Amino acid sequence: MTLITHPNITDADGFYARLLAAHQGLSEAESQRLNARLVLILANHVGDDAALEEALKLAKAAGQS
Amino acid sequence: MPYDYKPFPYHSPPGLDAAEPRHGVVIVGAGPVGLALALELARHDQPSVVLDDNDVVSVGSRAICWSKRSLEIFDRLGIAEKALAKGVTWQVGRTFHGDREVFNFDLLPEAGHKMPAFINLQQYYVEQFLAEVALAHPLIDLRFKNRVTAVEQNANRAILDIETPEGAYALEAGYVVACDGARSPLRQMLHLDFAGELFEERFLIADIEMQGDFPSERHFWFEPPFHNGQSALLHKQPDNIYRIDLQLGWEADPEVEKQPEIVIPRIEKVVGHSDFRLDWVSVYTFQCRRLESFVQGRVIFAGDSAHVVSPFGARGGNSGLQDVDALGWRLAAIAQGRADAGLLAAYDAERAFAADENILNSSRATRFMTPADGVERMFRDEVLNLAGHADFARPMANSGRLSRPCSYPLDAPDDAALPPVSRPGTVAPDAPQGNGWLIDALGRECLVMAIGGEAPDLGLPILRAEVNDTLRARYLGEAPCALYLIRPDQVIAARWQKATTVQIEAAHQAIWTAP
Ligand SMILES: Cc1cc2nc3c(=O)[nH]c(=O)nc-3n(C[C@H](O)[C@H](O)[C@H](O)COP(=O)(O)OP(=O)(O)OC[C@H]3O[C@@H](n4cnc5c(N)ncnc54)[C@H](O)[C@@H]3O)c2cc1C
Repeated sequence: MTLITHPNITDADGFYARLLAAHQGLSEAESQRLNARLVLILANHVGDDAALEEALKLAKAAGQS
Repeated sequence: MPYDYKPFPYHSPPGLDAAEPRHGVVIVGAGPVGLALALELARHDQPSVVLDDNDVVSVGSRAICWSKRSLEIFDRLGIAEKALAKGVTWQVGRTFHGDREVFNFDLLPEAGHKMPAFINLQQYYVEQFLAEVALAHPLIDLRFKNRVTAVEQNANRAILDIETPEGAYALEAGYVVACDGARSPLRQMLHLDFAGELFEERFLIADIEMQGDFPSERHFWFEPPFHNGQSALLHKQPDNIYRIDLQLGWEADPEVEKQPEIVIPRIEKVVGHSDFRLDWVSVYTFQCRRLESFVQGRVIFAGDSAHVVSPFGARGGNSGLQDVDALGWRLAAIAQGRADAGLLAAYDAERAFAADENILNSSRATRFMTPADGVERMFRDEVLNLAGHADFARPMANSGRLSRPCSYPLDAPDDAALPPVSRPGTVAPDAPQGNGWLIDALGRECLVMAIGGEAPDLGLPILRAEVNDTLRARYLGEAPCALYLIRPDQVIAARWQKATTVQIEAAHQAIWTAP
């Protein structure tokens, strides 16, 4: 596994709050767009093909159960 | 000035009076691919008959962008000088989102190549130049107004039925090469499946003549300010002709969109004035398809008959010319009894690999330009949005990945210490040599290029390369010396720092053996 799946954000509660704050006041469509940009930005930060592939798989799998 | 279409002369073919002797190779179609193939075969001393149902060059606005690799091929065939003199040389492309430039690229940022990255030249000029050389060539029998109506084959030969203005006749051929275009009648006569996808999108293609001072660049707009919600492409061509591609949407009615009273106002918005003359208008839908196999017994497919792509990336004509590259030397050798017919499998494998690469690139570009509603459209728009703010998103903005020669996945001797740009399977990168160019010394026979050392004794021609900085960077890297085995199509077949006669001989044998 190259994808980091163990807790890696120091202040997890703080990040979660900031994520919600970023969406505050946005319409459903604007929120979706913000998420899309975030995915692209973070994916570029990760860069590594294998890690991205694992991230896609994990996200898909978690949506199916 | 609009192009002056001069009909080529029709001559009575000998077959109308008496059966002709069997021909080694008959090419169907005198488009860029058929003509280039005839010239390439002739370079390898192989005569051919070329049949075309028409008697003028390509009508209207079709291919305009010819890649560096195509220019290198044209150079071997004797038309590069004319093409370069007439064509518009360009290497910078700019991509806009609305009126904001989000991305630009320079296709050939490094010096040390004989040919530029791209020229723009109308397809009718390319065909005219090729036809002029072919008509004057003693090994080429070019027959206009000769339409193939049927094909029949067995293990040893193919027979073509041909219609002319004076009646019908038949020709027997060792091999038939179908260069008869995207709608390939031969493909249909053989009932071959042409699988792939059609993009549900329409594009308006217009050539206009105007006195403009647009730079020699490719300009591409996503959601242009002058054209509702879609994309647009502008290219400069010779004779003050500009080519404009406008994405219309799937619902657009092609017959309506072609009307000058609809087209002209659209173009006025692109160029910002009405001081131009409309030279050509057509509406296209694009497809990506290919034959499962390009070799069907005695009938071989090359160019659009074998594979079609959407034009963003200029991979149609350019890849057809690379088919010629991969086929010419092999077919000549087979027709002359110097190689086994099984070698055609190598042509099939290499060009099928290339077709898949071209289809992949063209489909991805087309998809980026014509995203489906919903999440696909959202990601596309957000990539463009981000591209205005962060570098990383710019290369994701896909308005076409321009044609580059395919690197074949050869299973061949290699030395990982040598530079990746010249690994086996790639076209030998050019470099200056004395007052000339490396590319000019390659491309008829297989040869061994010795760099910084001697080649062992061989039955092959040896090219002793001049070591300069460019050659070192492209062929040696940190290594002190190297040997490169190079095929007749200028593709690197194998390379070593040091090799024995036996090793080189084995790699040379592999060139002439089916995969
Ligand atoms: C809008 C547009 C833009 C394009 N832009 C580019 C570009 O920028 N760069 C690029 O590289 N490519 C481009 N292409 C693709 C390019 O035009 C084709 O890939 C190219 O023409 C293929 O050449 P060909 O010789 O295989 O086929 P064609 O050019 O189609 O030639 C086929 C020939 O066969 C003849 N023929 C057909 N049937 C018979 C028969 N029964 N008997 C005898 N003869 C026959 C025809 O008359 C014709 O002369 C573009 C295409 C389009 C439509």
